[in-house]
Amino acid sequence: MKSDYIRPLDIKHGRVDMSHGSGGRAMAQLIEELFAKHLSNEYLAQGDDGARLPAVNGRLVMSTDAHVVSPLFFPGGDIGCLSVHGTINDVAVMGATPLYLAAGFVLEEGFALADLARIVESMAQAAKEAGVPIVTGDTKVVEAGKADGVFITTTGVGVLRQGVDLSGANARPGDAVFVSGPIGDHGTAVMVARGELALEVDLESDTAPVAASAQKLCALGTDLRWMRDPTRGGLATALNELAQQSGLAISIDEHALPVRPEVAGTCEILGIDPLYVACEGRLIAVIASGAVERALSALGAEAADVGEVRAEPEGLVLLQTTLGGSRVVDMLVGDPLPRIC
Amino acid sequence: MKYVDEFRTGDRAAGVAAAIAAEAQPGRDYRLMEFCGGHTHAISRYGIADLLPANVRMIHGPGCPVCVLPIGRIDQAIRLAREHGAILCSYGDCLRVPASEHLSLLKAKALGAKVRMIYSTQDALRIARENPDKQVVFLAIGFETTTPPTAVAIKQAQAEGLKNFSILCNHVLTPAAMHAILAGGVQIDGFVGPAHVSTVIGSRPYEVFASDYGKPVVIAGFEPLDVMQAILMLVRQINENRAAVENEFTRAVTRDGNVKAQALVDEVFELRESFEWRGLGTIPNSALRLRRTTGADFDAELRFDVPYVAVADNKACECAAILRGQKRPEECAIFGTVCTPDNPVGSCMVSSEGACAAHYTYGRFRK
Repeated sequence: MKSDYIRPLDIKHGRVDMSHGSGGRAMAQLIEELFAKHLSNEYLAQGDDGARLPAVNGRLVMSTDAHVVSPLFFPGGDIGCLSVHGTINDVAVMGATPLYLAAGFVLEEGFALADLARIVESMAQAAKEAGVPIVTGDTKVVEAGKADGVFITTTGVGVLRQGVDLSGANARPGDAVFVSGPIGDHGTAVMVARGELALEVDLESDTAPVAASAQKLCALGTDLRWMRDPTRGGLATALNELAQQSGLAISIDEHALPVRPEVAGTCEILGIDPLYVACEGRLIAVIASGAVERALSALGAEAADVGEVRAEPEGLVLLQTTLGGSRVVDMLVGDPLPRIC
Repeated sequence: MKYVDEFRTGDRAAGVAAAIAAEAQPGRDYRLMEFCGGHTHAISRYGIADLLPANVRMIHGPGCPVCVLPIGRIDQAIRLAREHGAILCSYGDCLRVPASEHLSLLKAKALGAKVRMIYSTQDALRIARENPDKQVVFLAIGFETTTPPTAVAIKQAQAEGLKNFSILCNHVLTPAAMHAILAGGVQIDGFVGPAHVSTVIGSRPYEVFASDYGKPVVIAGFEPLDVMQAILMLVRQINENRAAVENEFTRAVTRDGNVKAQALVDEVFELRESFEWRGLGTIPNSALRLRRTTGADFDAELRFDVPYVAVADNKACECAAILRGQKRPEECAIFGTVCTPDNPVGSCMVSSEGACAAHYTYGRFRK
């Protein structure tokens, strides 16, 4: 008997319809010809409802992140690679080695399969570069108008390095505060890509894995106190969380902050402070003052020593302004940049 | 950033600060009001207070359009969206202003009202063109700076015959508010005059404050060095017992201002007999409305049944005294406790240009 002929998915012209989330043939085909094809690895190939993973030696770290960025494609990246970087970076800044990812897709009826394919290819590429396979996933479809193209949730698991226990509570007065590169690129690039502002800016998102830098910093041992990737809410929000967790003051120097002119100019026009604009490929770290040189060489040429931990005023972030004054850098109120990641 | 960073450099600021410290006479108080929220923001954002001697004190004025907008006006906007089904277009800083019934425009949006944040009046016109079957109302607020763009939008809507566009007009006038403050008997030795407002109205409208009230006025740009230079110029006038209108912001402000914009505003708008300001009360001839003879068709207050209903401010809130310069934010009992930027009770806590929000956000470590 001849085997059934199944017409291949029309990736070029096809669109997501409700049957792609039904659990039936159409869904199986979408998974096989699109997701499994690009994301293939031995765990996904098991074809079960979950992935059986090898035992690991050490404590696990787990993190999850939902991605709703608009637009889906922006200079320097797209929701696909962003959803990989977003989660593995959260695992990496805990001091862990990211091992596996899970991905959940909410697709909107009518979404172009060609766009979905681009996104999945981008995820596959990012996962491959980071050496973190996507080992299990899920796809749901909602009616047109009930979502915005595609939302992607990723969950990451990693194993904590031996002896690493990072926390804001480790910070001590006199410690140095580092950022690994210019701040605000991602948020600014996405905002400009929306095209609502009639601004033309030559700028790309910084979306990238930070695991390699994080690993080098972990080699500093207990001289590394704390790490974070300053995503939503930017550097200001991450440092406020540090100030709260440590009960200490964080003082940063406006002169020392690395901000690209494109970001500074765009933010100036929009009345937004770059301190609050998201990065997706940067990390910030608190380092013992004696390890500053080693930290700088670990983080590369774009890294900058932007400030220090102080005893007072407790729980606040202060900025020493270019003018010579000082002010509080507060938690963000409201959301000037919704759906940036 | 060229033409920006030059006005924010520390070494020049140190030079001006040294001059202020040298010229401010010990034993004399210099109570200077910066009228504009833009100046309030710059002073707080750059920590200018750190660079001034203790006897030079800045009093934050009412020049924050969101802060002086009474609750009843936001209520009207919310009713337009919720009860009349209009797409309500607003600048971003109005969205979080607390209104009646625990609502704000942002909360009304979450309840399904069509509220759109826009960056310019052109966005509102575009939304009106794209939604011919919907009423589109622009919540027009602001001092003389934002009035000309509203006038342009009205002219465009008239020319295009855009029948579904209208504005809820809350444009207010700077000199009227300055008169109200001085009439209220606040101790002020001089004004840092508005930057952007003055590019439109020029420096002439302030001359009355020098001649009739004997108050020096120095018009200043919004960059921190502009503000510091203006403070120095005010200190000098006060020391010399002079009261004149001086212009620090010569790169943008002339005595006559933008005559073309003034003519446009005059063509489209007329004076309201009176207007309620939050904190300052009802002030005669202090605000604008669309000309009844030519612009009535575009006035949302005439097109829809949304009468203005005055709403009393929270009793504990000191915004009225703060907007008049009679109290400092930290002298309000609910500042930083019940009233914070996350949960603003009074209007001064809502906009980043408001005196309370600026002090809470940038300066509260100074207790």
